[in-house]
Amino acid sequence: MAITLSGDQALPGPPLSSRLTPAQVWGIILLAPYLLVFLAFVVYPVCYGLWLARDPANYVALYNDPIFARAAVNTLIFLVIGINIKMLIALFLSGFFAMQRTWIKWLSVIFILPWAVPSIPTILSVRFMFNPEWGVINHLIFSFTGDDGPNWLNDPAVALSMAIGVHIWKSLPFWTLILITGRLAISHDLFEAAEVDGASWWQKFRFITWPSMQTLYVTCTLLSMIWTLGDFNSVYLLTGGGPADLTHVLATLGIRYLRLDQLSLAMASIVCAMPFVLPLVYFMMKRLSR
Amino acid sequence: MKLPSLRDVATEARLLLIGIPVFLWTMIPIYHMFLFAISPKEDAFSGKLWPDHPTLHNFEIVFKQQHYFLRDFYVQFWNSTLIAAAVGVLTLFIATAAAFSISRLKVPGGRMVLNLALFTYFIPAAFLAVPMYRTMGNYGLLNNHWSLILAMVTIASPYAIWVLKQASDKLPVELDEAAVMDGATTLQIFRLVYLPLMMPSLVAIGTYAVLLAWNEYLYAFLLLSNDREITLPVALGNFLAADDSPWELLMTTGFIYALPPAAVYYAFRRYMVGGLTAGAVKS
Repeated sequence: MAITLSGDQALPGPPLSSRLTPAQVWGIILLAPYLLVFLAFVVYPVCYGLWLARDPANYVALYNDPIFARAAVNTLIFLVIGINIKMLIALFLSGFFAMQRTWIKWLSVIFILPWAVPSIPTILSVRFMFNPEWGVINHLIFSFTGDDGPNWLNDPAVALSMAIGVHIWKSLPFWTLILITGRLAISHDLFEAAEVDGASWWQKFRFITWPSMQTLYVTCTLLSMIWTLGDFNSVYLLTGGGPADLTHVLATLGIRYLRLDQLSLAMASIVCAMPFVLPLVYFMMKRLSR
Repeated sequence: MKLPSLRDVATEARLLLIGIPVFLWTMIPIYHMFLFAISPKEDAFSGKLWPDHPTLHNFEIVFKQQHYFLRDFYVQFWNSTLIAAAVGVLTLFIATAAAFSISRLKVPGGRMVLNLALFTYFIPAAFLAVPMYRTMGNYGLLNNHWSLILAMVTIASPYAIWVLKQASDKLPVELDEAAVMDGATTLQIFRLVYLPLMMPSLVAIGTYAVLLAWNEYLYAFLLLSNDREITLPVALGNFLAADDSPWELLMTTGFIYALPPAAVYYAFRRYMVGGLTAGAVKS
């Protein structure tokens, strides 16, 4: 479609605008604000950042920094294990919430709360819950067993798992919601026909639900992985990267270098993630801009 | 009416077996926050599941700014409000104009701009934060509200443009053509035909941008540092600086801070679910 407006609105002017219709001139004017924001706050920072990270010595320094290697491994664990667990739970719960029950409808309203409230107070709430001295968890452990509970956030493996748990707590409702819409789009006739044929629960999932949802599921998983790379809050607010900088992920590591005034290292650590991020982004763009 | 069969009871029980853990999992961190907000300090730190003397005293302290950490509470609350509102308005303006231009006016190169926006949408925000911090320094905007506003607009608008573009593609072409026949100018079409029809999506996107800005911690904490310039989430993070933090006041402030977005979310839920999930993942 091209809107060609009649001549009486044609702007008199330079040769450029005479080749464009007035509608196209307006199109360029209306697109300009975004282009300005994009140039000033995306193109310039990215180019400037890449320029800062140009020195190969940065990459040698990163390679020699054990915290970087640890953060890279943590990020992989976060993405590969954390996201897949989250998406499997979301897939399972989307089936649960698609059930027609009044109490399940109400539960789904409550279930969305973690997504609706800001993450700072809730993550800090979890952090204090697991405080070894005053937290309610260790108080309960003490009153039931008479033993002191563990110092939860002081063990890097436990602390990282808890950061993953906090991440799941926060974003599970969103992905469940998306998968519910996917599930509700499946024709109900298929399930009725399967019911008549005496299909089991697993067969219905395997031959009806999964084939119609697998594209959506894979898209969601990849998208969640890309976004989780930028999940700063779950780790920073819960563990602060500690104990001994062992629970950093790439998102918090970049900020750590920044705070230590090692800007070029911060940029270099981000550049190192690009070989993994860019193919994912390319794949997602192919999918979404069809 | 017959009694429910054994099979129905078993199904219901199995559903409850899923429902109860889901309820507990969702509510425990929020309940814990609420519990702290209504507990005096002694009760909060003694791990009780319900305080012996529930009180609203913490709220009184917060609202009267009677603590070192809270002395700028109102200013910070106002900063958060102002920045969220500015981000909402600016994002709506930029994204609606861009979506109209790309989808309705078919501006040359519009497709490419959309792809660039989509690409920005996929850059993890924490990665962009590092160069953004330096850029704002170069522009001389650090410690200025505009730095956070512009950064959040940059982050919010790609998704906004994308969702609005999808929504405007669904409007029939004939509407524009009829308006042109009647002699409407491009701006009149935008104002009188396009905007009213796009209202539901605009509400969803406005809400999205406002909530994104209100909830943002990382950018706010990098770009603003002066106590009277920071937003509420940064102030909450600053509580952690001290070893003997008043956690009951932190949780009370956090609870107050969490209420507006939750209220907005539930008030606009109808629009949010329709407008956002449709755009979030196109299957």
